[in-house]
Amino acid sequence: MPTSVTAHAASVDETDDRALASIFAAYTITATVWLLFATGVGILLAYKFGAPDFGRGAWLTFGRLRPIHTNATFYGWASIALVGMAYYVAARSSRTVLFSAKLAWIGLALFNVAALAGTIALDLGYNDGNLEYREWPWPIRLVFLAALVVTAWNLIGTVARRRSEDIYLSNWYTIGGVLWTCIVAVVAILPWYQYGLGQVSVSGYYMHNAVGMWFTPLALGIFYYALPKLLNRPIYSYALGVLAFWTNLVFYPIIGAHHFLFSPLPWWLQTTAIVFSVAMLVPVWGGSANFLLTMRGRMRDLAHSYPLMFILVGVIGYLVGSTQGTAEAFRSLQEVWHFTNFTIGHSHLTMYGFVTFAIWGGVYALLPLATGREPGRAGLMLHFWMAVVGSFIYVISLSIGGTIQGLNWKSGVPFIQSVVDMQAYHVWRGVGGSLMFLSHVAFAWNVWRMTYGRCAKIAPVSALPAGRAVA
Amino acid sequence: MNKLLLIAGGSTLVYAVLALVMGVLPGIALSGMPPGPGVEPLTALQSKGRAIYVANGCSYCHTQQVRPLPQDKIFGRPSAPGDFAYQTPELLGSERTGPDLTNIGIRQPSEVWQYIHLYNPRAVVPESVMPAFDWMFRVVDKAPAGVTAIALPKAFAPPVGVVIPTPEAQALLAYLLSLKQPALPGDTASAADVSAVTVGGVTATDASAATPQVGAATPADEHYDAAKAQALFTANCAACHQGTGEGLPGAFPPLKGNAAVNDADATTHIRVVLHGLQGANVGGVVYSSPMPPFAETLDDADIANIINYERSAWGNHGAPVTTQQVAGERAKGK
Repeated sequence: MPTSVTAHAASVDETDDRALASIFAAYTITATVWLLFATGVGILLAYKFGAPDFGRGAWLTFGRLRPIHTNATFYGWASIALVGMAYYVAARSSRTVLFSAKLAWIGLALFNVAALAGTIALDLGYNDGNLEYREWPWPIRLVFLAALVVTAWNLIGTVARRRSEDIYLSNWYTIGGVLWTCIVAVVAILPWYQYGLGQVSVSGYYMHNAVGMWFTPLALGIFYYALPKLLNRPIYSYALGVLAFWTNLVFYPIIGAHHFLFSPLPWWLQTTAIVFSVAMLVPVWGGSANFLLTMRGRMRDLAHSYPLMFILVGVIGYLVGSTQGTAEAFRSLQEVWHFTNFTIGHSHLTMYGFVTFAIWGGVYALLPLATGREPGRAGLMLHFWMAVVGSFIYVISLSIGGTIQGLNWKSGVPFIQSVVDMQAYHVWRGVGGSLMFLSHVAFAWNVWRMTYGRCAKIAPVSALPAGRAVA
Repeated sequence: MNKLLLIAGGSTLVYAVLALVMGVLPGIALSGMPPGPGVEPLTALQSKGRAIYVANGCSYCHTQQVRPLPQDKIFGRPSAPGDFAYQTPELLGSERTGPDLTNIGIRQPSEVWQYIHLYNPRAVVPESVMPAFDWMFRVVDKAPAGVTAIALPKAFAPPVGVVIPTPEAQALLAYLLSLKQPALPGDTASAADVSAVTVGGVTATDASAATPQVGAATPADEHYDAAKAQALFTANCAACHQGTGEGLPGAFPPLKGNAAVNDADATTHIRVVLHGLQGANVGGVVYSSPMPPFAETLDDADIANIINYERSAWGNHGAPVTTQQVAGERAKGK
């Protein structure tokens, strides 16, 4: 093994490695800035539930900040961080250099321009219809689409240069995810078939596909690469990963209408969505089992490795959050939980407990390999525990509060009672959210230390073949 | 390269087909849904108001879809596909931090209430967590001709001057009041046609008021359930008349000490709750806000409960009514 590493390192130009490392670092740094911004806005929003007259005026009103929080999280933080990592994984797992560093930089600029312009537009009141996750005015979403196209081209070009016949599974997920999301974005932008109820059905489709065909595959791509790397053992079952890939692809696009149960959308569309929401258990449980079985018998390593702990939480978040999503799709449960804060708990369990923890695990596992700089253990510890405890408080309080809200409505008490009964849970949400935000400050500090900050250098690992553990 | 083409190209092709079938085709099919009977496009002013509603993200907290579920009955009839013909962008929403607004133009038709509530929701609903939209209003020394200053409670009014709505607030109000569900064919008469009954005699104290029932603080109806009655009052009446029964001076009349509420003959009281009221004269003050009718949304027992609560709370001592009395008045029609 060492011989092949040396031989390979010699064949890859030093400057290319540095280029890849600085691209990875730049994506991670800008994403981290978006994380701090988006969750800072989130704290303000949470505070407004207790003090609605705090932060008055058009620019700070709840209805403008709320889509800023969600879009900045989605398209600023998670998208940019995942794409940066996808580049690193594509080049390293294919044992080659990036197809085009220039395209990667152009993509980064486009992602950031879109997120910045979108944020400003929303704050000025240019909201494209309150349609969830596609609130940015459509020209700005075109910029985001351009960033996706650039990324897809670059990832495909990189993997096309691979040195082995096989394409590592991570790249299936990341390349697939970027290509499918191009389609999602086009379907969302084209206006000709989106009037009235027709737009409702497209909203259902979009809301779920923007999440499930974008964040899910890219985050799973990280698991498939980082886990074998950290544990130095192959993924439990490559075939199971392939099965999860195809079932996720076929089932996920069909379940969007479960966001509109009991709406005037055709009943068959809603029922189809429920059926396939159950079918989603196949890729979710298959994928989760694969990750957990890869970790089997190595729990002692976990205690010594924060990257592994982040990934373990991410896997559990994926398993629990997605299974909860299936449960929520049943009409009997949706009758209670629809429109309540339970939904907010669910979206944080998935976007935070799964996607965000997956990103963190990936960044801590891979960024030091690229830059040769390690974060301090205290910073890792602070980040991990505040994020875990904070998100636990957050999700539990909204799940309980949301259930109370839904039962209140069913029992027929005056509506305002459901607002009053949420107060305590809103406070706990704020407590959890504050811890989460503080953990992001620790993360930002760690990112700084892994990139440009002063710290003990380790030798950067150039072109270490992850494929070794795989084939 | 072939393998790459198979995975990337193959999966993308599969996805494109699914996106077409689950996203685009239902979109095309449902976009052509014709408007239901009585569903009208918005006026220019109402459209402007709808754009303001969207710009400020109102639908992140307010849904506009009534589900065919018992708990949604208070918001109107179940939404029908034809209701959304003119609604682009769609505003069905996914959260009910605040109540559903599908039918708010009927449930809360009072311009005065809507303005006060937009200016600061806590002025009429103390527990509300809705943002104040006070930037859509202006403070002036004196309301210009043709513009009515908003009758804010003292605690919320500016120290000097009066508050008037900007064109933005006027458009938003026009949109909110336009949110009315037309009746579905086959339904009984819709609650949409708010009656303009002017009950001038609300203040008239009838000489025949002296009945043995006066002073009975506890309603006699065996169906009366004090806790339920108070909940019904909170849900349906307290936004204007307030939990104290004192109303808001200059905006909504008091029920505490109200002559019609304390009258031994409950006919007027019952008819106002059933059919609503416009231009109420209470204690010599004329209130311009219309009161919505409750005949369509509440049954006779609930209305009797509410009336008996009002007749026994806050020191009132009107004679209690029975469910049969309400049914009798309902049968007489408007």
